[in-house]
Amino acid sequence: MKTPIYMDYSATTPVDPRVAEVMCKYLSYDDGLYGNPASRSHEFGWKTEAAVDEARKNVAALVNADAKEIVWTSGATESDNLAIKGVAHFYQKKGKHIITCKTEHKAVLDTCRQLEREGFEVTYLDPEPSGLVDHKKLEAAMRDDTILVSIMHVNNEIGVIQDISAIGEMCRERKIMFHVDAAQSAGKVPIDLKEMKVDLMSFSAHKIYGPKGIGALYVRRKPRARIEAQMHGGGHERGMRSGTLPTHQIVGMGEAFRIAKEEMATENERVRVLRDRLWNGITDMEEVYLNGDMEQRVPHNLNVSFNYVEGESLIMAIRDLAVSSGSACTSASLEPSYVLRALGRNDELAHSSIRFSIGRFTTEEEVDYAVKLLHDKIGKLRELSPLWEMYKDGIDLNSIQWAAH
Amino acid sequence: MAYSDKVIDHYENPRNVGSLDKDSENVGTGMVGAPACGDVMRLQIQVNDAGIIEDAKFKTYGCGSAIASSSLLTEWVRGKTLDEAAEIKNTEIAEELALPPVKIHCSVLAEDAIKAAITDYKSKHGEAEEEQAKSA
Repeated sequence: MKTPIYMDYSATTPVDPRVAEVMCKYLSYDDGLYGNPASRSHEFGWKTEAAVDEARKNVAALVNADAKEIVWTSGATESDNLAIKGVAHFYQKKGKHIITCKTEHKAVLDTCRQLEREGFEVTYLDPEPSGLVDHKKLEAAMRDDTILVSIMHVNNEIGVIQDISAIGEMCRERKIMFHVDAAQSAGKVPIDLKEMKVDLMSFSAHKIYGPKGIGALYVRRKPRARIEAQMHGGGHERGMRSGTLPTHQIVGMGEAFRIAKEEMATENERVRVLRDRLWNGITDMEEVYLNGDMEQRVPHNLNVSFNYVEGESLIMAIRDLAVSSGSACTSASLEPSYVLRALGRNDELAHSSIRFSIGRFTTEEEVDYAVKLLHDKIGKLRELSPLWEMYKDGIDLNSIQWAAH
Repeated sequence: MAYSDKVIDHYENPRNVGSLDKDSENVGTGMVGAPACGDVMRLQIQVNDAGIIEDAKFKTYGCGSAIASSSLLTEWVRGKTLDEAAEIKNTEIAEELALPPVKIHCSVLAEDAIKAAITDYKSKHGEAEEEQAKSA
C-alpha cells in the first residue's frame, strides 16, 4: 500500500489507463490522428471528426440523450456559465428571474451573481438540513417571470442527490428552463434524459476518470432549449461554443463515459461497501456527525464532522490521507463551508468537517488504514482541544461569551 | 498549504499541553478566540512568589499554525517575568514559525492569549486595579 492514500475523488480522479491509452493516439505525428476535426478538405480532418462523433455518442449514451444534443466545453464550470448566461441572455425579454440553491457549486452561484449585476433577479433557496431542496419552497419561489431554475444533481461536498425528475416536471409545467449541474453525478447515478425533463445539463470528464480540461453541455432539442453563445469565433458546435475541438481530450471523455456506462452498476456497489466500511469504522467515536442525507447520497462520498476538532488541523494530522476539509481554511478564506452553513450546521461542526471521497482505485486495505489513523489522530487532537475538555466537563459552549476575532 | 518544519515539529510534538488549576491564586488563565472563527486558544501560566512564570500550559482548538503558535509561546514564557512575557510580540512568533500571511492571525491570537493570562493573574492579585489607578 502506498501513502498518501487518495480519498479526494470528488475533487478529481486519476485518468483511467484505458482512457489515457486512447488519448495518446490523438496527439503525435506517427499515428496520423492530429488533424483539426473541422478540416473538411482532407483525411486528417475526416478521421478526427469521426473520432469526435464517436465520443459524442458515448457521452450521450451514458445519459440517454441524442449525440446532437452534446456541446463540448472546457469543463463543467464553462458548461454552467454557458447554460445559465446563455438562457438568461436568450430569454431575457420573457423574464429576468432565476432560481437556484445556496448549496450550488460556485460556478453556478458566481454566474448568478454576475447576472444580478446585469439586472437579473436571483432567488437562492435554502436547502433542508438533509441538503435536499424542499419542492414546496421551490414551487413558492416560481413566478411568471422566472426563466430558469438551476439545481445540481449531486452536491460536491455532501454528495446528496436531488430529485431531478420531480423538479423537471415542475419546471416543464410552467415552461421554465431547467439546468442541472451533473458534474458529480454522471457515471455515479443513473441519468435518463429521455425521461427526465431537463433542458440543460453540465458534465465534466475529470470527475469520472477522464482528463481535466474537457466537459460538455447537454442542450435539449425537443422541446428545444435555446442559449446565446458566450464564446464567439469559428461557429463550432453549431454556433453555441466556438473554438477548435481538442480531439485528444474529447476522445478521452468519450472513453471515460463509455467505461462508466459499462461498469457503473458494479463499481457503485463495490465503492458503496468500502464507503460503509469507512463510516462503520468511525461511528464508534463520540461526537461524530454525518453531513447530508445518508440515503439520498452517492455511494462514494462521506462528509463527516468530528466535533471539537478543527478541520484543517485534522487534515494536517492525517496527512497520509488525501482528503478535503469542508472548511475552506486551506484556501485562505478562513470561512467554514458555506454548504454546511446552509444546512444549518453550527460553526463548530462546519469547521470540523472532512470530505472523504473514494473511487475506482480505493482498496479495503486503504479504508482500514484510514479508520485506524482517524481513531489515533482524533484522540490526540481532542486531548489538545479546550473545547473537548469543556464538553467533557459538561460546559455548554453556547453559554460562553466568545470574543469573535 | 505547505507548513514550515518548525510548525510541523510543534504540531507533532506539542510542548506543555494540559491544564493548571484555574482557581489557584498562582495561576492566570487566558482563553481567546471563538469556535465560530475556527480558533480557540487557552493559555495558563503559573507564577511564583518572585513574579517569574514557572510553568505554562495550553490547549488549542485550531489549525496547525494555531497549535504551533501556542506551543511555542509556552516555551518562551517559562522563566520570564510577567513584564517580559507581556512584551512578546506576535511578529516574533510569526517569524520564528515562518507563518504565511494567511496564518498571521494565529500568532496574534497567541499574543492575545498571554496578555489575557497575565491580566487574569494580575486581577487575582489586585494589580490590575492598581495599574489602572496609576495610569489614570
